[in-house]
Amino acid sequence: MKEERQVLVIFPHPDDEAFGVSGTMAAHIANGTPVTYACLTLGEMARNVGNPPIATRESLPDIRKKELQEAADAIGLNDLRMMGFRDKTLEFLAPGVLKSVVEDLIEELNPSLVISFYPGYSVHPDHDATGEAVTEALADIPKEKRPTFYALGITLENPDIVYSVKEFTEQKLDALRAHYSQFGANNPEREEKYRSGDRDLVERLENERFFHFKFADD
Amino acid sequence: MEPITVTRVQELIDTFAQKDIYLHLETTNGAYASHFDQSFFSASAYIRNAHINYKQGKITGPGPYRVGLELEIGWVYGEGLTHFELNEDGELILAGLNQDGKIAVALELSNQPFRK
Repeated sequence: MKEERQVLVIFPHPDDEAFGVSGTMAAHIANGTPVTYACLTLGEMARNVGNPPIATRESLPDIRKKELQEAADAIGLNDLRMMGFRDKTLEFLAPGVLKSVVEDLIEELNPSLVISFYPGYSVHPDHDATGEAVTEALADIPKEKRPTFYALGITLENPDIVYSVKEFTEQKLDALRAHYSQFGANNPEREEKYRSGDRDLVERLENERFFHFKFADD
Repeated sequence: MEPITVTRVQELIDTFAQKDIYLHLETTNGAYASHFDQSFFSASAYIRNAHINYKQGKITGPGPYRVGLELEIGWVYGEGLTHFELNEDGELILAGLNQDGKIAVALELSNQPFRK
């Protein structure tokens, strides 16, 4: 894994980080690289409230806030930012609002690597809106100063970068477990399958995949 | 939240009648419905903090339940409701949880605005 000056991760929902990026984040932190995770919403509109229900639409945000903090702790992250937007509304924000949030973070942190979603290939409208804002903000930075952008593309195949994060799988499982309201029902089965060596799950958990985003002038 | 008791929920609906109150109403299939099943036509609606005043309201059906509220100039209704709670802020939360326990519909009433 390439050593970075500062990593900036931007996702819209608590738990977006857990499956695809928590191992990479833990690895950078273990390297001594500062990692910032800006989470745009609290996932207020999630449909999972536990079964039997442990939350309501109104109590879910506070629960997910706590879960996000616990996941961050599991990864060893000490710069978690909750940005205060509302789940499922990002694509409807006034033009430029999210872009300037990204610009402010980049200005403050001067990251060498930004991780977010690949716009147009990330299924959830919030994912695509986030990726779009990141892309727009980065495109305006002169090429020589522009941070690298590693994007997660849910519907894209053949990633450019595949990191083995095997060493950090336990932290990753802890992060997944932290998002109890969302993954609680599936976690025990997933962990059991992983520990019994289910090939597909081992492959998916122990590796994280990114697309190196190319800008028009790259 | 607990499974709906019709008499209790009817009492609560009555306590919010003929007052200026705030409504949260949503239906949802989840943002991934059409991703997992391309033949699925995903549609949903969401309104948060509509300021309404209803003349009378009713819960009906054998369960899952339906709730309708009659306004001076219109109507509000929701169907598929299974669970309820009067929370610590005095908000009436009605939700419909599907077979997997996921929210499919929510209809909520409050005397003060819900958090944006």
